[in-house]
This record gives sequence, C-alpha cells and structure tokens, in this order.
Amino acid sequence: MGQAYSAGLTVTDSIVLRKERLLPLKGQVLVKKGDKVQAETVVAETLLPGKVVPFNLANKLGVTPGQLNNFIKIEVGQLITKHTVLAETKGWFGMGLFKNEVRSPIEGEVENISSVTGQILLREPRIPVQVKAFIDGIVTDVIEDEGVVIENKSAYIQGIFGIGGETIGEIKVMVKNPADEIDPHAIDDSCAGKIIVTGSFVSYEAIEAARKHKVIAIITGGIDDLDLKKLLGHDIGVAITGHENIGLSIVCTEGFGKITMARKTFELLQKFDGHKTSIHGKTQIRAGVMRPEIIIPQAFDENELVVKEAAMPILEPGTLIRVIREPNFGKIAKVTGMPEELTKVESETLVRVLEAQFEDGTSMVLPRANVEVIET
Amino acid sequence: MQYDEKRLTRIVATDCGSTTTKAILIEWVDGEYRQTIRGEAPTTVEAPLNDVTKGVINATQELEELARLKYHNPDIKFMENGEFVIPRKGDVGVDAYVSTSSAGGGLQMMVTGVVASMTGESAERAALGAGAIVMDLIASNDKRMNHQKIERIRELRPDMILMAGGEDGGTIKHVVEMAELVSGADPRPRLGTGFKLPVIYAGNKEAQVHIKESLGDKVDLIITDNIRPKLETENLGPARDKIHDLFMEHVMKQAPGYNKLMEWCQGPDHEQVAIMPTPAAVGNIMQAIAKDEKIEVVGVDIGGATTDVFSVFTEEHVFNRTVSANLGMSYSISNVLASAGLENIMRWVPMDIDENYLRNMIKNKMIRPTTIPSLLEELVLEQAIAIEALRLAFEQHKEFASSLKGMQRQRDISEAFSQSTSGATIVNLMTLDLLVGSGGVLSHAPRRHQTVMLLINAFLPEGITRLAVDSIFMMPHLGVLSEISTKAATEVFKKDCMVYLGTCVAPVGKGKIGKPALSAKLQLPDGSTWEEEIPYGEVRLIPCGVGEVAKASLKSLSGLILNQNKDRELNIDLHGGIVGIVLDTRGRRPFTLPTEKAARIAALKKWMREFKAYPESILQ
Repeated sequence: MGQAYSAGLTVTDSIVLRKERLLPLKGQVLVKKGDKVQAETVVAETLLPGKVVPFNLANKLGVTPGQLNNFIKIEVGQLITKHTVLAETKGWFGMGLFKNEVRSPIEGEVENISSVTGQILLREPRIPVQVKAFIDGIVTDVIEDEGVVIENKSAYIQGIFGIGGETIGEIKVMVKNPADEIDPHAIDDSCAGKIIVTGSFVSYEAIEAARKHKVIAIITGGIDDLDLKKLLGHDIGVAITGHENIGLSIVCTEGFGKITMARKTFELLQKFDGHKTSIHGKTQIRAGVMRPEIIIPQAFDENELVVKEAAMPILEPGTLIRVIREPNFGKIAKVTGMPEELTKVESETLVRVLEAQFEDGTSMVLPRANVEVIET
Repeated sequence: MQYDEKRLTRIVATDCGSTTTKAILIEWVDGEYRQTIRGEAPTTVEAPLNDVTKGVINATQELEELARLKYHNPDIKFMENGEFVIPRKGDVGVDAYVSTSSAGGGLQMMVTGVVASMTGESAERAALGAGAIVMDLIASNDKRMNHQKIERIRELRPDMILMAGGEDGGTIKHVVEMAELVSGADPRPRLGTGFKLPVIYAGNKEAQVHIKESLGDKVDLIITDNIRPKLETENLGPARDKIHDLFMEHVMKQAPGYNKLMEWCQGPDHEQVAIMPTPAAVGNIMQAIAKDEKIEVVGVDIGGATTDVFSVFTEEHVFNRTVSANLGMSYSISNVLASAGLENIMRWVPMDIDENYLRNMIKNKMIRPTTIPSLLEELVLEQAIAIEALRLAFEQHKEFASSLKGMQRQRDISEAFSQSTSGATIVNLMTLDLLVGSGGVLSHAPRRHQTVMLLINAFLPEGITRLAVDSIFMMPHLGVLSEISTKAATEVFKKDCMVYLGTCVAPVGKGKIGKPALSAKLQLPDGSTWEEEIPYGEVRLIPCGVGEVAKASLKSLSGLILNQNKDRELNIDLHGGIVGIVLDTRGRRPFTLPTEKAARIAALKKWMREFKAYPESILQ
C-alpha cells in the first residue's frame, strides 16, 4: 500500500482563507459584498432574546390557574416595566377592599400566560450581540440576516490545543530557537497588547508575567497540564475550550509537556514578527472539530482569492510528518517507506507502520496512527 | 427483508465511530458465513473533510487491498467511482452494504419528566434504549429553579427532546409546566439551523391538547403513547420507535455526508437498510445472546468518546443500557482522570510514574485521539485508565438499572424480611453468567490475557462468571447486519466475533491476606489434575482451552461464599477459553488493594505475572 489518509495540521506562509462570521440568531448584516473590512470591523449584529423569568402568577394572586384569566391585566407580547401590574383581584364585594395586585418583577415583555399551570413567562430586554470580521479581508458573500463570508490571503498556523477567545494584535517572538523556553523576566510592558511567541514551553510563571503585563496571547510549543489546571482552577475533562476568561489566549502548536516547536512553525512566526495577527484558542475535538488558529493577513489581489478544495492529507513517501506520540514525540521526519504488513511494536500491538527519516538523518519505524501530516 | 446465501455472498459492513471508521468483509465461504477481512480509517464527519463517506471509502479501500492480497486476485473491487457496486458481479461489487454510526457525537438527547426518579427515569430508559446519549434529565422535582432549567435547555442544544410525565389520568399541571419551560427556552437543534427541534411527547394522554397549545408552534412536536401509563407499568416501545424514526429523518440527514451514506446502505434488491446508532446495534446483540442461551449478561463497549454498558437480568430478560457520555479512551480520556482521580488510576499502575508525565500523556491522547501506545509503559498506563473508565461506567449502570421506582408492591413475607425496596438495582453480579467486552481497548489488547485482567479488575465479577470479548470489535456491524440476514449475523457472531476467554471464580467476602480462601481441585480435559489451597489475596490462572470443560470441586474457606445460595462447596463444570480459568481470591465486597505504595506495586506485579498480562521486562 503506497499511501494512506492521515490527520494533519496546516502550517503555511500563504493560504486563501474563507471564514464564515455568523450571528447566533438571525439579525442584521452591516456590510455588503465586496467591502474591504478590518479584523475589528463589526459585520453583523442582532438582539439575543433576554433571559426568561418564569413567574407563578396564580399563586401570587391566591387564585386557581383556571381563574387567572378573570384578573389578568396584560397580554402576550406586551412590553412591561418593572412596576407594570400583571394581575389584580377585585377585592371584597367588588369594592376594592383588600385588593391584591401583582406587579412585574422585571422590565421586558410577556412571553406566555398559562391557565393550566397559572404560570406566566416574562422575558428580560433583548441583549445586543455584535460579530466582528476577526480577519482583515474582503466580504465575498453575504448570508442574508445571518452573517458574512470573509476571504483573505494569510500566513496560517493551525494549533493543536488552546484556551481563550478571539483577539487581535502584533506578533513578538521572544526566543531565538524553537527549543527555547521563555524567561518570565523578559516579559515586560513592551509586550502589552502583543502576541508573544516562545519555543518549546511556557511555564505558569511566564503566563502570570504575561497577564500582569497585559499580553493578549501566547504561542507556545507545549504547556504543562498541571499549570493549566492551576491557571483555570479546574481540570479540563473534554477538549471544548475557547470560552475561558483569563485575560489572554494561549495556543499550543505541539501539545502537552515540553515539546520543541516545529521548526517550520517557528520560522514562520519569526518571519512575521511585528505583523498584525488574528488568533484564538477555541478547541473542540469532536462533533465539529475546531482547532486554534493563528492568522497573519497579507496583501493580495482579489483575483487571488481562490479557495482550494479541502483535500485529504495523504501519507506517502516524501510526506513531511510530525511524530505525535512517544517515543520521539514532536520530532519532524520525512516518510521513506509504507510497508504493507502489520508490524509488532514494543507494546506488542500489531499495527500498520511507516518508515521515516528524522531531520538528523536517523531512521525509524513508526505506527501510522502516531504521526500527523504537516500540511502546507 | 431477510436474505440467504443465494443472495448474499459478499457483504461490507461499517461502523462509523467517533474516532475511527471500521469496515469488515463478510463472505459466504465453504458453506458458511465468515468474517474474512477487516480495515479501518479515521472518521471524516468533521472538518476539513466534513463528509462521513470519505472515511467509509478509505476503510473500504483498505478492505479491497487486503482482499486482493489474501486471494491473490488483483481484480477484486467493492466500489467503483467512489460508490458501492450492488449487487456483486463476479469480482466486482458486494451484495449488500450496511452501517452503524456514532460519528458526530451520536444521538444527543435531553429528557423531561415530572418526578425525576419515576417518569424522568422511564424517559431516560427509553432514550438510552434507542441508542441516545442523555445530556440531562429535567424534572419538576429536580431541585433546580425554573429559570435554571430554561437556561440549561437553551445551552445544551440537543438533537431532540423526549418529554414524559404523569400517568394517564394523573397530573396535567406539572407536565404542562415542563412544556412551558421548553417553550420558554425556545431550544435550537445542534445540527441544521433551518429546522425545528423534534420534541416527542410521551406523557399523560390527557395533557396532550395543552402540550400542543404550548409547544405546537415552536417545535416539531410528535405525540406518542405514554411511557408510564400507570405507575407500575413502563411502555417504552412507542417512544423508542419514534426516537429512532426521527433520528433517521432529522438528525442523521443533518450530519455531513449522511444523506449519501444513507443511500449507500442497501440490500441486494436495492432496498435501503437503515443506519443504526452503534449502541442500538450492540444492544440487539446482547439481548440476543441472553435470550438464546437463557442467561444473564453484562456487556460493555468502551469507545473513544463514550462507554456503553448493557445488561440483561432476571427471568424476564429485563434489558438496560447506559451511555457514560464522557468516559472513553480517546476524546474523553481526560475526563476519566477528572472523574476517577489520579489516585484511582495510579492504583493499577505497577511502577512509579511522575504525575506530570501521566497528566501530559493523557492530555496528549485527548487532543490527538487516534494515536496508539507503541511503548509498553504507555500501554500499561492506558489500560490502567481503561479499568477506571469501565469501573465508573459500570457504577453508573448499576445505579440506573433498577426496578421501577415509586410503585406500591405487595410483598410476600420473605421479601419483607429481605428489606428489598422498589428502585433497587437489578444488576446482581452473583447471578451473572456472562460478561462480554467490546471496544478498541478490550478487542485490540495485544494479549487476550490483558482483556481478562481488565474485565475482572473493573467489573469485579462475583462467584462464577464466564468472560468473553468481541474478537475485533464487530458487534455493531453484526447488530445491523441481522436486519437483512439473521443467519449471516448469527453465524459470524458465533464463529468469528465472540471469543470466549474463560471463566472467573471469585469467592465473595472479606478475608485476611495469606489465610486460606479457596480450596480448588480441577480435573482438566487432558486428564491432569490441578489442586491448590489458595490463600486470600491471590490470583491463579489455569490454562483450559476454548470448548474445553474442567470438572471443579471448589470449597471456599474463612467465611467466603461461592454463589447466590451462599454455598461454600460446589462441584461444577468450569468452561475454558482462549485464556483459561481464573481463580481470584482477592475478595469482594469489599475488594481492596494494599494502601502502601511498595506493597501495592508488589501485589500488582504478582497478579500481572499470574495473569500473564505483560512481558517480564516491565514487571521487574
């Protein structure tokens, strides 16, 4: 068998990117097809329905649910203030004596009135939500009432794991080699608003220093899980991240532990030192996979915007791969052979393997499952 | 529609799992159905490919290549132009293609009831039985405030909601209240922005009109028979069928590539064969084993994202299934660490490992879920984690698999003395006949001895229990294959799928390390005799092959018991298997491991040697 499909991460100095920027609910699109937008531009906005406040009106009024209609003073869809009278009894003998009235606990609108449960649902005022472009580029499509598609040409690095949401800033490479670690003392006020880059590792102390000096994001080869736990205050159970509110975003390009950043990734970051970059740590590994991204926009002509169809990363002789499991975790190699037979590895597991040559010239047989293609 | 060997000579079956798409080839060979070749490829339901059929094509290509090698025939082909050729024409094509799926997160549901432990639990049972993951159960009495329930419904984004509540003629108010909460949340489905969320109402029939008023405009409302028409009766069938129909109609079609996959799944007459959720297919097989052999069965399928546990207990063959949604060996492996705790994992590790190393290893597996342990040390660590995942999933299952709660029972005098209550678990390890394991970590363990050790350590079977494993993880395929050929599914199941590992004998009770616990004399099929008085805290493995039976005289000592009748002496036939007969005197209720680290590691190594689980190099 000469080739096989394998998962991979993209690291490239030039890619045509297409990003959908959608509202969570239908709303208003603020830009039109052909508009040039900056990453910070608001492209669409909507109003999210407010929080629902269930309220047992019959109980408050001291009547049965079936009787509620006789006393109700509002109707479904009506806007209300905090003191709107929702219902009132007529009082003794219809003379208003000991009249019981119930006022709204919130400002908003009436969603539902039920004569079965005696409950009404009130909805708080709508909450405005805005979606930004996130990348500099051109609006190539407008999805009516829902959002836009933005395209650009970028240098692009797909991380493997991250935390924290979308942010935009300049890249500042803080180390000389991809195997280096960042020194916490090197992080100072000159890093404020920047995306700092380290090599193989970022320690808890370095993250704390970055937060103190208002760094907006860190790009690193690896991070220790214990440091992550300390940072978040809890253990990550499943990899669904991006919503953490810790003051900065972190993108790991290789994984957990000290792992030298792939030279290609590091050199790309060095090349774009000082450039404006869009970055996020959102990671979701199942049910709609999402990996963190580092996007460095470049100048382009509109006729360059031709998005390549997604292709299957293929393992075959000559493919550049990254080892993603011990031994040799993190090392880069080139595939030299794809033997067909199942091969027994140290754990006695019978697996399909490949032969690979590392950058230092040494060769090794590796399970195909334990490598990923470096896509360019 | 059922077909025989005249119409089905070559079948491809796939299971599109959350991590891997597994394909098997079933052929009519020398007068019988056999599973002949297996292939796999990464599942491709997610970005960048966003098309589940790509993974199916890759896995099938591997099957084709291996078939050409096996039969020295370069003309063998199952697909042409990226589609299955049905029916087969000589070397080209297959007679049928069938598939199961749990890709894309499987079927994710939310259920509601009035009383959590009654109608709520019945709704949960129906959803789980249909092959769903239950994301949350919301009930009138679940102690959350109404606004919290609304927030929860809104944030979860299930594929569908099943609403139960109230026996027929019972409460209307509380059922309608739940409907109002669902309506207030205005829930949106996980997949597909343009369609309404399917909501099945299977509660008090007298509340139906109010439910329609409350929900009719907002969701795709389907009304079916009450799941709990009376307190003492559960009627899960109609709701389960509706869930399955809706899953096919709404959910599957939204997932990338499924429309095409659904069209591909065909029998010889080009009739469509429905894609089955993987757990539903495995459940079918487990029930078939229990009914055919009239035995009590526990089965487990440990996957990358979830661990499904199945049980069939009591003379009425009561079937239960639970899905532990975030206990698995790849995507969810980190959650096993979070749920079980580091200490519980480390208690199964026979070496000193740095906490940081283990944590990072687990997280790396989570973010690159398709990798496999190529180092022996990493295999040992993954298997330690698997024991805890299985243990936790079984704990959840035991709690859930119970008799109906809340009903009034007339008791006879013996029941009154036994203090049995409604709602107690029906999982009884002492009466359990067969424990079956399936899923990558069990089916693909490099040594079957490891599978035996994992099953025993995780489930702690009591008394006398046979152990088996799904040889190469094909139960899901066979579960769906039985839809078009029970004959093919059954033959392959018996000959190629089910591997009997042996029997575990585990006296129950607490003893003292080193004191006699079990006196055992085994007449082995080769005429030899094995005899020993085994001290408490030990394991013995006696080879006895598949299809062989050892005549055993067992006598438990120091107050331990051997079966549900509390017998202390038994003359019994013990079935052999590919591993053999395990005599386990480590005690049950409680089972404990030495607390001191050096003693624990020494004990683990001794047991692992006896189990022949690992090479000596790692046990020194």
